[in-house]
Amino acid sequence: MTASRNPAYSKGSIIPGDLPRTRFSEGLLPAILTLLPMAALLLALALHTSLPARQASPVSGYYALLLKVFAALALAAAALQLFLPSWRRGFRSMAPLATVTILIPAALDLITLKFALLPLPYFPGPDLILKSLWFDRGLLAECVLHSMFLLLSGYFVGIFTGLVTGILIGWYTACRYWMMPVLKTLGPVPATVWIPLSLVLFPTTWLSGVFLIALAVWFPVTVMTSTGISNVRIAHLEVARTMGASRRYLVFHVALPSALPDIFIGLFMGLCAAFLTLVVAEMMGVKAGLGWYVNWAQNWTEYSKVFAAIIIITFFFSGIMTLLFKIRDKVLFWMKGVIKW
Amino acid sequence: MVADFTAISPSALGQNLEGSLCVQSVSKEFVSTDGHKVQALKDVAFSVRPGEFVSLLGPSGCGKSTLLRLAAGLDGPTSGRLLLDGKPIEGPSAERGLVFQDPTLYPWLTVRGNIETGLRIAGALKERAGEVDEFIRLVGLEGFDSAYPHHLSGGMAQRVALARALINHPKVLFLDEPLGALDAFNRMRMQDEVLKLWKLRLTTVLLVTHDIDEAIYMSDRIIVMSHRPGAVEDILGVEMPRPRQRNNPYFTHLRNAILEMLHFAKKETIEYYL
Repeated sequence: MTASRNPAYSKGSIIPGDLPRTRFSEGLLPAILTLLPMAALLLALALHTSLPARQASPVSGYYALLLKVFAALALAAAALQLFLPSWRRGFRSMAPLATVTILIPAALDLITLKFALLPLPYFPGPDLILKSLWFDRGLLAECVLHSMFLLLSGYFVGIFTGLVTGILIGWYTACRYWMMPVLKTLGPVPATVWIPLSLVLFPTTWLSGVFLIALAVWFPVTVMTSTGISNVRIAHLEVARTMGASRRYLVFHVALPSALPDIFIGLFMGLCAAFLTLVVAEMMGVKAGLGWYVNWAQNWTEYSKVFAAIIIITFFFSGIMTLLFKIRDKVLFWMKGVIKW
Repeated sequence: MVADFTAISPSALGQNLEGSLCVQSVSKEFVSTDGHKVQALKDVAFSVRPGEFVSLLGPSGCGKSTLLRLAAGLDGPTSGRLLLDGKPIEGPSAERGLVFQDPTLYPWLTVRGNIETGLRIAGALKERAGEVDEFIRLVGLEGFDSAYPHHLSGGMAQRVALARALINHPKVLFLDEPLGALDAFNRMRMQDEVLKLWKLRLTTVLLVTHDIDEAIYMSDRIIVMSHRPGAVEDILGVEMPRPRQRNNPYFTHLRNAILEMLHFAKKETIEYYL
């Protein structure tokens, strides 16, 4: 056997099955299915432009414009996949999902603007939300940056302290004895409970936000790190010891790498907790960020702005989560094929 | 006559004067969870010459793996002592390599990364990086240096484990049933691989096995151990030239003798009828 005949042994190999194979991916019918997203966009556009509006709000035209742009893009993509075989399978398997996704704002448009089944100002239609999104784009961008900075500051402080305490608890029995009770009692308490205290303890609301997020992240990272460290295979440590490894080497080059899969679970749980704490902290005290924006817009009963911010939050948070998963896949490359997530 | 290098054991060449192991009336007791004592080893004593290939042979549970762990310094004896080149063994050290039945490769490191481990621990990776390539070639894994352990077969993984244990030039290599998980054919092939490495490195080898044929095929001497508490039953010299033939009559004779010793065969009694 040589490496050249076994592509799986070379770096950067593509593992088959990366894309979901659905029954929409081959044949003549699928070729028609590729036009479905565009058809859905045109349907949404037709409904929006032809039906009379019953909600008393001026139509800005942003929604119609967006639908037209997306319809053009969908047509271009449907044409391109005919010439790019590498795109084809992915595009075709995504087409049904995209179609249904497009029908959601179309349905909302009907429920709100067209039939006025839900009352204003609490339930604005897609057009009104897009208008607010565009109108407040500068402030929203500022809020995203502020939230990002606060989130990452708290997250990294939490990861660092969590790794330190996790390694100590996982490796030293004395640390486990003294620190586990603290972890067991304080850990399950939601970090947001400490908001009144942290506002008093820290000179600025921003610093108290960092503290709260770090606290929320610290618990899952500590628990999962100590679990991973204490579950390291004894034989892996013994092999290193017979090669003369120091304790430092055992901790950082044997126990820590073998704990990485667990640590990443902790990082994932910590990120979820960080999102929650971030939004609550911004709503309760911090005078900037997306959480603050939602609260502020609600106080002015500008619900179209609330929904605009929620859309931004959705993409912002899921984007960061995706990034974390990408990093994990890169770091845990050696585990591929061993554990399916 | 010119000596055929591959046909003679290194100890016979007298090139390697380091790596003598001395086990002096070693006993080991374990306290089980319900509080009563289990004697794993009782008064075990033997010595291994530098460069010698010695097997510890016996049924499962006779304490041979326990003995290997004591020699590797991973555990301490209840009484008695173990010496390497006259110095007492008081803990694990790079001069004593160990290979388990399970290859225990680090799954997060490539083949190369695993073999390099010893050099990295010794802080000698930069100046001795060339040796890694030499070892990868020696164990026949060229082209696999960037493969991860979960891509390797059992035999390949065990070759990596052997290379990893040998890279720091240990004086003694302890092998704890390293081929136990392989199928019969792979096992025979790997026995030759281990012998090849032993001849090249001139290392003292102490092999734990419960495979009688493996012990006869590979060893200069076989230490047969008895069951519970583990003790030395007998020490047999294998007076066969290398490379050995598995179908040699002496081989069969030796196997029968060991089987009798372990009470798996009755002494041949020939009855004469006139």
